[in-house]
Amino acid sequence: MSIDFIIAAFITVVGLTTPILLAGLGELVVEKSGVLNLGVEGMMLIGAVCGFALTYTYGFDYPGIAPWGGILAAAAGGALSALLFGFLVLELNSNQVATGLALAIFGTGLSSLIGQGFTGMIITPFGSIFPDALATGRYTQVIFGYSPLVYFALAMVPAVHWFLNRTRAGLILRAVGENDLSAHSIGYSVKQVRYAAIAFGGAMAGIGGAYFSMVITPMWAEKMTAGRGWIALALVVFAGWRTGRLLAGAFFFGVLMTLELYAKASGFSLVPSEVWAAMPYLMTVVALTLISRRETAGGNAPACLGKPFLPTA
Amino acid sequence: MRIKLEKRPAPSVAMMVLTPVLSVLLTMLIGVIVFDFLGVDGFGAVRDIFLTPILASYKWQDVAVKAAPLVIIALGLSVGNRAQVWNIGAEGQYIIGALFAAGVGIAAGDLGGPFVVLAMVLAGILGGALWAAVPALLKTRWDVNEILSSLMLTYVAGQVLGYLVGGPWKDPNGRNFPATAPLHDNQVLPIVFPGTTVHLGVIVALILPFAFWWLMARSMFGFQVRVVGAAPQAARHGGFDTKQTIWLALVISGAMAGLAGAFEFTGALHAINLGFPSGYGFTAIIVSFLGRLNPIGCLIAGVVLAITYVGGQVAQTTVHIPSSTAGIFQAMMLFLILASDIFIRYRIRFVSRRPQAAAVAGE
Repeated sequence: MSIDFIIAAFITVVGLTTPILLAGLGELVVEKSGVLNLGVEGMMLIGAVCGFALTYTYGFDYPGIAPWGGILAAAAGGALSALLFGFLVLELNSNQVATGLALAIFGTGLSSLIGQGFTGMIITPFGSIFPDALATGRYTQVIFGYSPLVYFALAMVPAVHWFLNRTRAGLILRAVGENDLSAHSIGYSVKQVRYAAIAFGGAMAGIGGAYFSMVITPMWAEKMTAGRGWIALALVVFAGWRTGRLLAGAFFFGVLMTLELYAKASGFSLVPSEVWAAMPYLMTVVALTLISRRETAGGNAPACLGKPFLPTA
Repeated sequence: MRIKLEKRPAPSVAMMVLTPVLSVLLTMLIGVIVFDFLGVDGFGAVRDIFLTPILASYKWQDVAVKAAPLVIIALGLSVGNRAQVWNIGAEGQYIIGALFAAGVGIAAGDLGGPFVVLAMVLAGILGGALWAAVPALLKTRWDVNEILSSLMLTYVAGQVLGYLVGGPWKDPNGRNFPATAPLHDNQVLPIVFPGTTVHLGVIVALILPFAFWWLMARSMFGFQVRVVGAAPQAARHGGFDTKQTIWLALVISGAMAGLAGAFEFTGALHAINLGFPSGYGFTAIIVSFLGRLNPIGCLIAGVVLAITYVGGQVAQTTVHIPSSTAGIFQAMMLFLILASDIFIRYRIRFVSRRPQAAAVAGE
C-alpha cells in the first residue's frame, strides 16, 4: 500500500467525518438542554439546498464570497426549520419524537421543492482556501487540503466542550437539561435556553448538510444526505453526550463509509458491496448496544431529555 | 385582550375528533397560500393533491390500493405509539416482509394456488415480525433506543433488498435489470373486483381496523398497552410487564408492516425492484397520528394520505411540481395535528386586560 493511497484514503475519511461531526455537535447541545430533535436529516437537507441555491445564484458574479454566503444560508435554513420544531415542542408541548419525525419528513419534501430548479446544476466546490502549493502538495494536503468547513467542524469540538463545561451559559444550559423545573424556579428561562439550543443545532445540521451539496458532490440531488442525519443522532448517544467521544465516533464512522467507497470503486471485495454499504448502520446498532450497557449504569443522558416542560405556575 | 390556556377537567373528545379534520383543512389553506408565494399555482396544487383523486372516479382504485399498506402499517404502529414504544423502522420491516414472501414464492417454483399465496403472506408477516424483534431484543436486554435501532435496520433492509434483487434473485430474463422475475399468475393475490387493481389486501385493510379496535378497546392486552403508555409506574404497580409490552408492541407493528409488504408484492407489484421501498413505512407514522392512534381513525387517515399520494402524482403532471411535494403536505398535516393536541387538554380563553371596559362594551 503506497503512501499516496494512504493519504488519499485519509482525506476521504476526513471528508466523510465532517458532516456527521457538525450535525452531531449541534444535536449534542440540543440534547444537553433536554430536547430531543429527531429532525436532523430534514434540517441537513434544507441546509444542503439553501447553501447550494445561494452559491449557485451568486457564484458567477461573486465567486469569492458566494460560498461563504451559501454557508450562512445553510445555517439560517437549518436554524429556521429547527425553530418551527421549537415552537411546537416548547410553546404547544407537542410530542418531541413525533414532531422531530415530522421535521425530518417536512425537510425532505421542502428541500425537493426548493431544489427542483437546481437539479443538474454544478458549482465550484468549496475547497481549500490555502495556496495551491500547500493545498495540493503531496504531503501538505493532509493538513491544508480541506474545505474551510472541515477546520470549522474541528474547531467547534473544543469550542462546544469549553462552552458546555467552562462557561456560565453552558452551565445554565446543562441545568435546564438536567432539571428544568429547578432551573425555572431559580429564575432561568427554560424556553429561551432551549430555543437557543434548538436554533444552534439546526444551524449546525444545516452547515453539515451544505457540506454534501457544496463540497462533496458540488450539486443538488434529492435526499442527498442519505440518512447521515440519523447517524449523527446515533453518534450523540454513542458518544455518551461527550464532545471528545463524538469526534472519535464520527471519525470511526468516516472510516467505515470510506471502506464502503473503496470496496465499491475497486470492484474487488470478499463480500458483496451491499455488506459494506450496510456496515455504518449495522455498526451503529452494535455500538449503541455496547454503549447502552455501560451508560445505563452511569446515566449520562440529560435527565429531562425528550420530556415536556410543564411549570405549575 | 390576551389569550389564556385553561386546563380542561377532562380531555375533550370533540377536539380529539375535530382537530384531525381541521388539520387537513388548514393544511390545504396554508398550501394554497405558501405555494402561491413560491410562484407555483397554489390553488391548482391543492385541488389536484386533495380533490382530484376524490372527484375522478377512475382514481378511486389507486387510492384504495395505496391506502391498504398505509392503513395496515399504521394499525401496528398505533399499538406501539400508545405504549410509547417508537418503531420508526416500519419501512424496513415492510421490505423484509416482501422479501420473505418472494423467498417462499421462489422456493415454491411452479407451484401456485391459494395455499402457496397464503404461505407467502404468512412468511411476510413472519419476516416483518423478525426484523422488528431485533430492536425489541436490544431494547429489553440492553436498553438500546428503539427509535435508532429500528431506523438503522431500515437501511440494512434496503441493502439486503439491493443484494438479493441484483444478485441471487435477479430475473435471468430481465435484461440485466436488478429486479425479481414477475410472479406466476397462480402466485398473485386475487383481484376482488374484476377489471380493477383492487386486490384482496385492500379488503383485509378494511377489516383489520375493526379487529384492532376490538383488541385495543376490549381486550386485556389493549388495556395493558394503554396503561404502560400512559402511566408506566402505575403499570408496574398493577403487575403489567413492561418488557412484554415492548416486545408485543414491536412484534405486532413489525408483523403488520411485513403483511403490508407481502400484500404490496403479491397483490400490487408482482415483482420487487430497487424502487420497492416507497416510504409507506414512514408515511404510516403520519397516518397513525392523524388517526389519533385509533384503529378506525387510522382507516380514515390512511385514505386521506393515500389521496395525497395519488394527488401528488396528478399535480406532478398538471401543475409541474415534484411528486415529493405531497410529502410537504403530509408533514404539514402531522405538524398541525401535533400542534392541535393542546386543544384536547386545554381550552382557550380570551381574557380582557380591563374587565370594566369589556363590561361597558357589552352593554
